[in-house]
Amino acid sequence: MKLRLETAAMDALTVRLFDAIDETNMAWIIAADEALRRAFDHALIDLIPSYITLLVHYDCQKLTFAQASTLVRSALRNLTPADAQQGQLHEIPVWYDERVGPELPTVAQRAGLSVEALIERHCSHDYCVFALGFAPGYGFMGLVDEAIATPRLKTPRRRVAAGSVGIADRQTAIYPLLSPGGWNILGRTAVPLFEHAKRGEPLLRPGDKVRFKAISQSAFEAAGGDTTPLEERS
Amino acid sequence: MSQPMLTVKQAGPLALIQDAGRFGVGHLGVTQGGAADWIAFRWANWLLGNPLESAALEIVMGGNLTLVANSDVRLALTGADLAATLDGQPLAPNDSFMMQAGQTLVFRQPKKGLRAYLAFPGGLDAPTVLGSQACTAREQIGGLHEDGKPLKTGDQLTWKGSSATPRQLPQGTHLSLPDAEDTVLDMVLGSQAAHFAGRSLFDAFNQPWTVDQRADRMGIRLTGKALNSRLGGIISEGIPLGAVQIPPDGQPIILMNDRQTIGGYPRLGALTPMACARLAQCLPGTTVRLQPISATQAQAAYRKQLGVWG
Repeated sequence: MKLRLETAAMDALTVRLFDAIDETNMAWIIAADEALRRAFDHALIDLIPSYITLLVHYDCQKLTFAQASTLVRSALRNLTPADAQQGQLHEIPVWYDERVGPELPTVAQRAGLSVEALIERHCSHDYCVFALGFAPGYGFMGLVDEAIATPRLKTPRRRVAAGSVGIADRQTAIYPLLSPGGWNILGRTAVPLFEHAKRGEPLLRPGDKVRFKAISQSAFEAAGGDTTPLEERS
Repeated sequence: MSQPMLTVKQAGPLALIQDAGRFGVGHLGVTQGGAADWIAFRWANWLLGNPLESAALEIVMGGNLTLVANSDVRLALTGADLAATLDGQPLAPNDSFMMQAGQTLVFRQPKKGLRAYLAFPGGLDAPTVLGSQACTAREQIGGLHEDGKPLKTGDQLTWKGSSATPRQLPQGTHLSLPDAEDTVLDMVLGSQAAHFAGRSLFDAFNQPWTVDQRADRMGIRLTGKALNSRLGGIISEGIPLGAVQIPPDGQPIILMNDRQTIGGYPRLGALTPMACARLAQCLPGTTVRLQPISATQAQAAYRKQLGVWG
């Protein structure tokens, strides 16, 4: 961990702690997030943690640029990493099926695996939630087994259904709501990520772990899952 | 008598319920939203004596948006000149006006500027989600039907106050809109500017940029001589309002109110909030220039603007 403070905007600072993505960053990012929230208190407008940085948007009616910079440094002096056990482990049931996961065959083929083996591989790792972004409640997770890592689609889909589970390079994620997207879609979950986010209580938080579990179509439907096939890329 | 309301007789291309925006939720992946020209938006509320951040209508382009009143109401109009008429009579901008029961308000097309703001007594009545009434289509958050969608034909607008306490713009207030001539946009250089070639830094501030067609509430693209950064992509990080993002083609994208919360393109810096408000009024084809300003100077100008409203 090496603290660097960068100007991002008139009233925003980027706090850079690391140079590369690593699961072990998260304990520090979480600790920094808590320390900055405490230190800035009512002068904080938004705090956006990500893989290696935190963006601090402060109220410049309450703090000058110099005061905000000083406050960041003092808040993060003697920082110690958060307890690694603090993050929750979420088991996310996924219906892996070509109708809702059209890239199952292509990703499997690319990896030289059967579809069953691909699903097993995707379910065999507890993924770390690195950052929330792209859409409300969307968690960027990783790292996916090198063998099944797959680059984004050349042409993104205009409509990816809510609950779609995808892979892009060594990351995996769940689309919380219908949106455009270029990830390789393998299946779908009925877990309502968007509704959690809309209440201000995201299911997935940075530092949490996610384990995918393959379920049958009937279990997916019983959980309220929508089986409408994903539309073709257009 | 039924509740006082305005009925949308014909929806234009884009009229959105907006307030100051959704704050303290960036860590959820939820965008800021809010009135893109926050200065015109606040003036609209000011003219009615509303709290300045009350929800109002952001009307983009006009496009024959037609509203009909079922009772007398005082409204205020600021921002772009969209050739608005009340029962066929042109409306003076930056003023409040009485709209009587049965009258029709129409917004035709931009004569100057792009976004008009229509304020209502006490602010528009619409569901609050995560502390704000701002409407973001991409996130399906906000709006009358909580789907983030713009106004549609048949929608009914109601408001929170029973009457307005109208005010006139203070003497000497000059609310200018960008026109075809050079519009100067102040920008605070970010630390990543160090990764741009010296030539690109020079070009950023010494050439006219053209506001592109590819412009919306997420981002506004500028076209000109390409800028080059030694950074290819970066690991995604939080993006502030006004961020000047340089994708591989070297043509800047200014990230606006509905931007994604994190992103992975190198950034030259960020426009000031006042420059963002100005850019939000620029029609495609407008020429703009970027001008460096220190964060301290920019904050002083921002506080001065807020001070105007007391």
